[in-house]
Amino acid sequence: MSEKYLKLSGLEPLVVKPNTNFVNVGERTNVTGSRKFLRLIEEDNFTAALEVAREQVINGAQIIDVNMDEGMIDGVEAMTRFLNLLQAEPDIARVPIMIDSSKWEIIEAGLKVVQGKCVVNSISLKEGEETFIHQAKTIKRYGAAVIIMAFDETGQADTLDRRIEICKRSYDLLVDQVGFPPQDIIFDPNIFPVATGMEEHLTNAVDFFKSTKWIRQNLPYANVSGGVSNVSFSFRGNNTVREAMHSAFLYHAIQHGMTMGIVNPTMLEIYSDIPKKLLSYVEDVLLNRRSDATERLLNYAEEVKGSRKVKSKDDLSWRSQSLQERITHALVRGIDAFIEEDVEAARLDVERPIQVIEGHLMNGMNVVGDLFGSGKMFLPQVVKSARVMKKAVAYLLPFIEEEKDGKQEYAGRILLATVKGDVHDIGKNIVGVVLGCNNYEIIDLGVMVPPEKIIQTAIEKQVDVIGLSGLITPSLDEMVFVANELERVHSAVPLLIGGATTSRAHTAVKIDPAYGQSVVHVNDASRAVTVVGQLLQNDACDKYQKSVKEDYAAFRENFAKRKEHKTFVSLSEAREQKFTIDWKEYHPVVPQQLGIQCIEDQDLSVLVDYIDWSPFFRSWDLHGKYPNILTDKVVGEQAVSLFEDAQTLLSQIIEGKWLKAKAVFGLFPANSNDEDDIEIYANEDRKETMHRFVCLRQQGKKAKAKPYYALSDFIAPKGNDDYVGCFCVSTGFGTRELADHYEENNDMYNSILVKALADRLAEAFAEYLHKQVRTTYWGYAPEEELSNESLILEKYRGIRPAPGYPACPDHLEKNTIWDLLDVSNAIGVTLTESLAMWPAASVSGYYFAHPEARYFGLGKITEDQLLDYSKRRNISIDEATKWLRPNLND
Amino acid sequence: MSNLKSILEDRILILDGAMGTMLQNYAFEEKDFRGKRFADFPVSLQGNNDLLSLTQPQAIKEIHAKYFEAGADIVETNTFSSTSIAMADYQMENLVYELNYESAKLAKEVAELFTAKETQKPRFVAGSIGPTNKTASLSPDVNDPGFRAITFDRLVEAYSEQTEALLDGGVDILLVETIFDTLNAKAALFAIEAVKESRKLDIPVMVSGTITDASGRTLSGQTAEAFLISLSHVDLLSVGFNCALGADQLMPYVERLSRNKDAYISVHPNAGLPNAFGAYDQTPETMKDMIRPYFEKNLVNIIGGCCGTGPEHIRQIAELTSTFSPRKHVV
Repeated sequence: MSEKYLKLSGLEPLVVKPNTNFVNVGERTNVTGSRKFLRLIEEDNFTAALEVAREQVINGAQIIDVNMDEGMIDGVEAMTRFLNLLQAEPDIARVPIMIDSSKWEIIEAGLKVVQGKCVVNSISLKEGEETFIHQAKTIKRYGAAVIIMAFDETGQADTLDRRIEICKRSYDLLVDQVGFPPQDIIFDPNIFPVATGMEEHLTNAVDFFKSTKWIRQNLPYANVSGGVSNVSFSFRGNNTVREAMHSAFLYHAIQHGMTMGIVNPTMLEIYSDIPKKLLSYVEDVLLNRRSDATERLLNYAEEVKGSRKVKSKDDLSWRSQSLQERITHALVRGIDAFIEEDVEAARLDVERPIQVIEGHLMNGMNVVGDLFGSGKMFLPQVVKSARVMKKAVAYLLPFIEEEKDGKQEYAGRILLATVKGDVHDIGKNIVGVVLGCNNYEIIDLGVMVPPEKIIQTAIEKQVDVIGLSGLITPSLDEMVFVANELERVHSAVPLLIGGATTSRAHTAVKIDPAYGQSVVHVNDASRAVTVVGQLLQNDACDKYQKSVKEDYAAFRENFAKRKEHKTFVSLSEAREQKFTIDWKEYHPVVPQQLGIQCIEDQDLSVLVDYIDWSPFFRSWDLHGKYPNILTDKVVGEQAVSLFEDAQTLLSQIIEGKWLKAKAVFGLFPANSNDEDDIEIYANEDRKETMHRFVCLRQQGKKAKAKPYYALSDFIAPKGNDDYVGCFCVSTGFGTRELADHYEENNDMYNSILVKALADRLAEAFAEYLHKQVRTTYWGYAPEEELSNESLILEKYRGIRPAPGYPACPDHLEKNTIWDLLDVSNAIGVTLTESLAMWPAASVSGYYFAHPEARYFGLGKITEDQLLDYSKRRNISIDEATKWLRPNLND
Repeated sequence: MSNLKSILEDRILILDGAMGTMLQNYAFEEKDFRGKRFADFPVSLQGNNDLLSLTQPQAIKEIHAKYFEAGADIVETNTFSSTSIAMADYQMENLVYELNYESAKLAKEVAELFTAKETQKPRFVAGSIGPTNKTASLSPDVNDPGFRAITFDRLVEAYSEQTEALLDGGVDILLVETIFDTLNAKAALFAIEAVKESRKLDIPVMVSGTITDASGRTLSGQTAEAFLISLSHVDLLSVGFNCALGADQLMPYVERLSRNKDAYISVHPNAGLPNAFGAYDQTPETMKDMIRPYFEKNLVNIIGGCCGTGPEHIRQIAELTSTFSPRKHVV
């Protein structure tokens, strides 16, 4: 054997090397030590008992101790059941188990159900050599390490000499007679209380330290462990002293060679944070440095009783923790200030730089993943963690590339793409970051990705999951197309569907039947992790995938039943009952200036006040209305932090003029006709129709006398004077460059932030311009004075509906606006083949000025309107069907 | 054992290829599986490949011979499923001893024939010990994760029976293979160690795990390193991986394993990944090219094939080994 280190395993390895820091054993899953855990086991609440285990692993336990020694419990049964259940929880089962019992049959029961290499806690010479040897031999055959208590036929070792004597005898029996690997032997030389007032206890700590040192020097490869909280037994109730004492004890024990131990991390002060005076009093007692040490500490303990310490905000005490703890802390808190320094230290510590990623960094990211999964971290924090991670990886990359085969191992490979014709990627990027945090390799093909590229990449890179994203409705069809193509090439890869326009219904009814593999609709980033995890889990993915298929099939069936209830009126009936306005009484305001106007370079600072922040938080999965969200109990803290970051970036954007805002808008004489069109005239004589807006009318059956709306209802019919406007604003110029710049610097957080802010600014610009139009350019409401809140509540006169949204789901209307305003040439915003606007942070729409103009949802329409529409639009029925599909009653 | 070890220091040893793939060529039907002896057996026996050692021994011997001819140093007995647990599917629990004993004898006969012909190249028989069809650390029922379809004790019992019979039949090596649940393998090794102790016998043991997919883990969720650590308590001739993946996909995990200095390294990959019809179509030439880097990097001591490989694969690999030296192994 070349390397004799203690090596343990759960689902993942734990190797205790000489440079390994103290290995911390979780102690809460112990019925003798935790009343809560005992109660849960007694009540047969194993689900909650598992949570106790999970929490310990989350809090950094590298091994978990499991003990079921209680008179009222069937220990064999409880140990077996608990460990069996625990094996089914990969995030707990990844660490090794310490099977803790004074009863041999319970130990053996535990050994029979754990696949990893465990630690038995413990055996001793208490019942003589024969039993000891038999037990050791059996433990070896089960493949576990063992803790040996310093205990023999005559009792527990309580002096240095007795400790040495028993440990030496045990070691020799194990190594020479049993053939037990010496590195798998862990001694527990008994930690006893100090400062008890009894003479014979004065050297308890010192004797432990000395025996630890002796073992490490004289019993090759053996390790030393112990239960630390015993030492402070006399100070129960005084946590300040206890925490300091644990920490000081550990400090000295580790110096003497203690390698692992049972410690409650919440009962541990940071050594360097212990007040000097307290530390010296505690150490006087532990090291037995002066005769009045106990008395002085007791007096001091009285003074500090009950006083609690307060941690300052910029507390850098975490810098004094172990390297792994520092890296984990930096990842969890999203602090990148020290990460390169720490990663460099880690790199020098390992054989190959890749091990820093697989070890230190993944350990930290696992903590992040677990906290996020259990709802203890929120999306913006995770994205910040990812930023720290990326920075660390970027630092390591040159070192890794020097090696030939430095390849990171991932939990799976995920292809993400915003489908052809669509440009929206904030949600997709967040999903990518979150999955990346959970150790998936992300292949992000970006936006406007053609299906053949998705399929080709999926095959070449052997991806495990494909995620499609889209925001505009034509993307829904595109997704169905991709699913069909995947089926055609017999792809076996599950498909995730996400994006604002997607729905469980559409996924179940349209996409799922097109594809033989799993298709899952994922509505937020946090769910993506669970879904991908279930899709890829080794043992049960078939079952999960089958259940998803069945769910969607059931949904389809219900959906088919449900829609039969919905009834419609014919288009002609709907037109007869249109929304009527008494046009004779209406005197439209003539716009101050007719025709097209441009704003070349809008001052961004003006727009800030018009920002509606609620959707901004929503894009980060933080739900709640601004500003109340900032004080929300659950997400408030996160919301504040995100808001601060957004404000900082926003002022940088404004000061640096990093984004450019442009707008084009036009106000035209217009009238409606009998076919729900709005005719736009070149001038006031209303003879030359330049363009027509083709509007759609509601057809879903309503209560008697309720009108069936179309946007054309808000424009006066021929014979009356009336006007309509349309516009396009964009604040997206520079967004991509800025986002790319952040991404190049591994800062996905700011990349997403900048896109989210650009989107908000575009909406704010639309809001601002609308106000300018109402008060100035058109001028029909010159006296209007509204707060931003009222603006968001749309308490003003007139509306600005946008093509692609509920009142006008027809994206083809954008073509009309683009022709009418010559948008592409005027300000450079273009349309993709799916009629998404590029840059993405753009808004376009119409202006209606009538006081009764209102927003409505078109809902479903029937075939008669489809035919009528295709004629009016002068396109084939197939093409009309393609564009209006989400609104067709089928 | 010392003989085997000294050969391993000298050259790369060749393990055989797939048994099942070869048997498919015979296109045996129900009546062939039954033979005379089981003509009236109450359940269908088609697909019980291990039974062919009793009903079609000539075919099994032919296959062993083909692999030896192709250059294999070691063939595996036709006993992958010959435990009372796996044989329960065919109600043949009580035939387990005979199945293992006869399979071992068949293979041994062929091996001795080849050794006699070519004394400078002794041939060995490895008793194949499969994972059974039940997992000790996974629940087959998603709704009851604490449930286990099999216990450690039951596995130890079944593996003891198989081990005793294989040893009686004369195998030279025990090969615990296609380990997808490490706890099953621990039970097998527990049984083997007990049998070895009671027989005061020192027989070399090989273990070979299965990495199920690109996650780099076993079916029961362990990483390659955790898997290795879990079995490190036994003195093993070799550790390695087989099945599930092709040579190219297995490479990174074998590289990890190869850093372990305590045992020789074995690998017997599939002929690539199955195609849409579940068949393997990696040609011997392609597989040889994928195996070559293993030798160039000095990663392995024992190499062979699993699903989809045949004598021609083994021949090509065997020819390739002649120009390379084995991985250096320090004990």
